[in-house]
Amino acid sequence: MEKERILSPVKKIGTAIKLPHSKTTAETETVRFNPKKVSIPMSMNIGAPCTPCVEVGSKVFVGTKIAFSDAFVSAPIHSSVSGTVTAITSRDITGNKIDYIEIESDMQNEPDPNLKPFEVKTKEDLISAAKECGLVGLGGAGFPTHIKLNPPKETKLDTLVVNAAECEPFLTADYRECMEKYNDVLEGIYLIKDILELEQVVICVESNKPKAIKKLFEMASDKRDKYDKVKLMRLPSSYPQGAEKVLIYSATGRVLPLGKLPGDIGCLVMNVTSIGTLYRFIKSGMPLTHKRVTVDGDAVLTPKNLLIPIGTEISEILDTLEIAETYEKILTGGPMMGTCVVDKSAVVEKRTNGILVLNPQKPITATPCIRCGRCARNCPLGLTPAKVEAANRVGNSDAYAELNVNLCMECGSCSYVCPAKRPLTQIMRVAKAELRRKK
Amino acid sequence: MKDSLVVSSSPHIRHRDTTSGIMLDVIIALIPATVYGIIIFGISAAAVVCTCVLSAIVFEFLWNIILKKPQSVGDFSAIVTGLLLGLNLPPKTPLFVAAIGSFAAIIVVKQMFGGLGYNFVNPAIGARIVLLVSFPTAMASAGSYLEPISKLGVDTVSSATPLMLYGKEAAPSLKSLFFGMNSGAIGETSAFLLLLGGIYLVLRKVINPIIPVSFIGTVAVMTYLFSFNINETLYFVLSGGLFLGAIFMATDYVTSPTTNLGKLVFGIGCGLITFVIRKWGNLPEGVSYSIILMNILAPQIDKLTRRKPFGLPKEG
Repeated sequence: MEKERILSPVKKIGTAIKLPHSKTTAETETVRFNPKKVSIPMSMNIGAPCTPCVEVGSKVFVGTKIAFSDAFVSAPIHSSVSGTVTAITSRDITGNKIDYIEIESDMQNEPDPNLKPFEVKTKEDLISAAKECGLVGLGGAGFPTHIKLNPPKETKLDTLVVNAAECEPFLTADYRECMEKYNDVLEGIYLIKDILELEQVVICVESNKPKAIKKLFEMASDKRDKYDKVKLMRLPSSYPQGAEKVLIYSATGRVLPLGKLPGDIGCLVMNVTSIGTLYRFIKSGMPLTHKRVTVDGDAVLTPKNLLIPIGTEISEILDTLEIAETYEKILTGGPMMGTCVVDKSAVVEKRTNGILVLNPQKPITATPCIRCGRCARNCPLGLTPAKVEAANRVGNSDAYAELNVNLCMECGSCSYVCPAKRPLTQIMRVAKAELRRKK
Repeated sequence: MKDSLVVSSSPHIRHRDTTSGIMLDVIIALIPATVYGIIIFGISAAAVVCTCVLSAIVFEFLWNIILKKPQSVGDFSAIVTGLLLGLNLPPKTPLFVAAIGSFAAIIVVKQMFGGLGYNFVNPAIGARIVLLVSFPTAMASAGSYLEPISKLGVDTVSSATPLMLYGKEAAPSLKSLFFGMNSGAIGETSAFLLLLGGIYLVLRKVINPIIPVSFIGTVAVMTYLFSFNINETLYFVLSGGLFLGAIFMATDYVTSPTTNLGKLVFGIGCGLITFVIRKWGNLPEGVSYSIILMNILAPQIDKLTRRKPFGLPKEG
């Protein structure tokens, strides 16, 4: 019985990088984190930044809407603590000025009394629920969910791909969502399936999470699923299984063309935590205010999953943890695609799923390319990073378009496998930026 | 708490394989054949191999010093080149010829074209061909090869490469070809030990078996098609430098295609050229020439067999 119902990938990309999993936090319960204050950025996702709708001195509760934008591609922002707005400041960390609403917490975590369950009967209700929830893709890309749910008229969504792959080392936040918020995810999946009248739901999980597979299998075998439309798919535990294009290909065999969105080929891809969050909003009216974040890395002596209010400064989190003083690097996200934090005043955002504190590594010295071809053979999208790097070295930026650098999703596989330790992913980024400038 | 943080581009973890580690694996894989060659051919073989390796290191070192380039001896690639060259030479090669070979390999073929990663043909093979052309008597005449010591006691006698002996009385048996009880270049005699090294490299994922298998397979198939004789096929597959060339030289990353389809085309091409030279050419051995010719074609093969990027709009 079980064997029949757990699917294998419909199609496989030709590459499979085995990474060390390092998922030490997998079996630890999530702990709530209560910061003294939060600084919530007005831009946390692709699209327009939000404008504050509160003033200094305003009293806010958990879930109170504090900023929004009328732009189509945007998501409103809610307070993640109860307390008082102390300042609205402008910070310039990465070259872009972003407004922050600073809120001092009264440590009561009082939910906004005006929050009430959101009734969802039609597709339009679901789309406005996703928008009001402030939901964005929580797997890391941060694309506003209500736009995913509302593809252009000529396309019809027929498949929901649930992303529980979590292929980055260290991160277990999505895994914990499956284990702790099983019911929210389950109800969310069936709600979305019924409202959007989907043909099939494919729940994708990597083979290295046997407990999650068991849980999710219960989900796929739920009594409501009379026509067996909800299926569980076991993906090989290799990197990057959870990348959108790879995931859609594995789950449905469909190829996502360059420049298209999953909706264009009938797919809705949602992370498990996104689904859980959406259902919680519909059930209770509580929007996206907290994120489960895996705090780990070789410098963290007490790794754990924390449920952190959005806007919490990393320094405040680190103060409460046992951390080796030798650390030199702090990442948000996983070690393959995560970005370095420039300053410890950086905050937890909607799409933050991990904070990794790393000790100094052995210095990496690049040696000449020996044309081993590993970068090309391990590129999930069939690109040739070594050729791009060679073009970059001689300043031949005309070659970028022909080498299709704009396809690159910066998964980091090429740099990871390179025995000459050449910074291939970094150069792919440079080449992509240059190609964009030229257009 | 620290005030300044290190900021770098992702990914923040790397695979443990390094260039020098890969080179070291190749050296390890060659050790059985090297030691065996020295045992059966004696002190002169040891002298040739040592000369090649040491002079390769010295030339690489001097080149970097003179041109004020970062020292690259530590990546072990010069040792691999020197070792491969030594194993490709007859045991009685004069030592100055061996040193000239290293010069040709390291300075001319490798460094003058830009160093590691830029040479357009395999340096060891390039050097072997330079020596074949420049010192034909020292390199290819019957006098430069030796009968293995184990067979004839302490004294070593001159002999020809077994490729020229097929069908004659002096031809070695298949068993002695497989285990290397015959004359030949220092490292090429024992197909068994070379195979062992090849399996090690495949298991360590240093090389992909496509090139050696398609190379040796093509030679076998072609020999059989033209003889319908299993014995003759095995004889020609096991003798000469086929195993050494196919496993260790044709798989050189720099000068072979990077795609799997490209590797197949490359291996078959090497096999065909080897067979043609052996069958109809005037040369006793075709492995080196076949590899060097295919080396030159490798970039074109790569270009033609490049993987199609995922999700590109259809052309047209």
